[in-house]
Amino acid sequence: MSYLFFIPGPLRELAGNRGQVRVDGRADSISDALALLWNEAPGVRDRVITEVGEVRPHVNIFVDGESIRDSAGLGTKIRDGAEIFILPAVSGG
Amino acid sequence: MPAEKHVKPRRGDVVILVGTMKGAFIFRSSASRKKWELGGPYFPGSAVYAMAFDDREGRQRIWAGPQSMHWGAVLRSSDDFGKTWTNPEEANIKFPQRAETALQRVWQIIPSRSDSYTMYAGVEPAALFVSKDAGESWNLVDGLWDHPQRPKWQPGGGGLCLHTILLDPTDAKRIRVAISTAGMYVTEDNGATWRPSNKGVRADFLPDKHPEFGQCVHKVVQSRKKPERMFLQNHWGLYRSDDRGESWKDVAKGVPSDFGFAMAIHPEDPDCAWIVPLESDGFRCTPEGKLRVYRTQNGGKKWKAMTKGLPQEQAFETVLRDAMTTDSMKPAGVYFGTRSGKLFASSDEGRKWSTVIDGLPPVVSVKVARV
Repeated sequence: MSYLFFIPGPLRELAGNRGQVRVDGRADSISDALALLWNEAPGVRDRVITEVGEVRPHVNIFVDGESIRDSAGLGTKIRDGAEIFILPAVSGG
Repeated sequence: MPAEKHVKPRRGDVVILVGTMKGAFIFRSSASRKKWELGGPYFPGSAVYAMAFDDREGRQRIWAGPQSMHWGAVLRSSDDFGKTWTNPEEANIKFPQRAETALQRVWQIIPSRSDSYTMYAGVEPAALFVSKDAGESWNLVDGLWDHPQRPKWQPGGGGLCLHTILLDPTDAKRIRVAISTAGMYVTEDNGATWRPSNKGVRADFLPDKHPEFGQCVHKVVQSRKKPERMFLQNHWGLYRSDDRGESWKDVAKGVPSDFGFAMAIHPEDPDCAWIVPLESDGFRCTPEGKLRVYRTQNGGKKWKAMTKGLPQEQAFETVLRDAMTTDSMKPAGVYFGTRSGKLFASSDEGRKWSTVIDGLPPVVSVKVARV
């Protein structure tokens, strides 16, 4: 099973200057898939997830176009081959 | 992203480190402190409430604590005056799991003077972190975090923040911190145990005006030459201490308001300090639309307005708690920034002021260093 992450511009330096990172492994939920991403690009983790394990409030994660905030959060189920976008919310700047 | 400019300070130059709501800036001048060059913006879009300069062991290291609304807060450092910055993979200040909370913002970064590697950081939610390896790794100071009064601390307008860290110049184990809104706490055993230390400081917003803790201390300063002498700008109240902060005496005679945030003390003269009074907690702007710095030269018995070079009409300005500082030169330089993005400097202890720049994002932190 594999999953394709799209990394936002500000975090690409922490992902080996990659805009896309493909990870291989088994993931039942977006939380599992993120764990695979942290192995591949560990510097991205603390920018996306707080130390209490929550997605930062102004960061959005979309699985196949759907925000995980509108589904089951980090427990959102994902399919093999899912495309996952990590994006900053419109706030900030 | 905006193009960055860089300064190239030489030995003997003066640099002003300016943290704003939208990034950090570095200003450079020769020792004359008359003409300033701009470096930055660094971390554009991030709020930078804390900056520091570490010149121990021959370093020329600038520290900043940018807080991205999206990606959180980390400590970053530069050894080339902003040209390049560290960008740690793992967030270098993190609460341990047992704290069950997440870092919001870094409010203060202080290198120790008693050794070359210890550093402290004050953060929101209110906590103290310590590094023993010059900022490579950081740990929560458990003694303060575990204080039984902590659950009763309340956030002020800026959040529940530990915004001021005073390392006693003659006693390395004695540290005083100020928290809004909890007041001051002091340790005499290098952070193992802490006690509230607010005797004489009012809390006008509480039924008990003189509680053991819960005061909204906005800024505290301590004389390096005479550590017993301290001044304090409170949320209503202007104080002096002659016993290292164990007790406080009101010295708010001759000021248009005893409300304010910013405060700085003279690098040599313990009787000399500067403040910028604000109208009230309901209208946190300079009274009468006049931007006036007040200076005392006799320990707070009298305060004199220093206005030469500062706007005295239609100047409804705000100077925040960490946005004023002094250098260590003779005569001392005084520097402050406003919420409207103006940065002022005086190279003669406040007698006259010049505008370094008008047009920064809101200024929240001003530090200065001699290179």
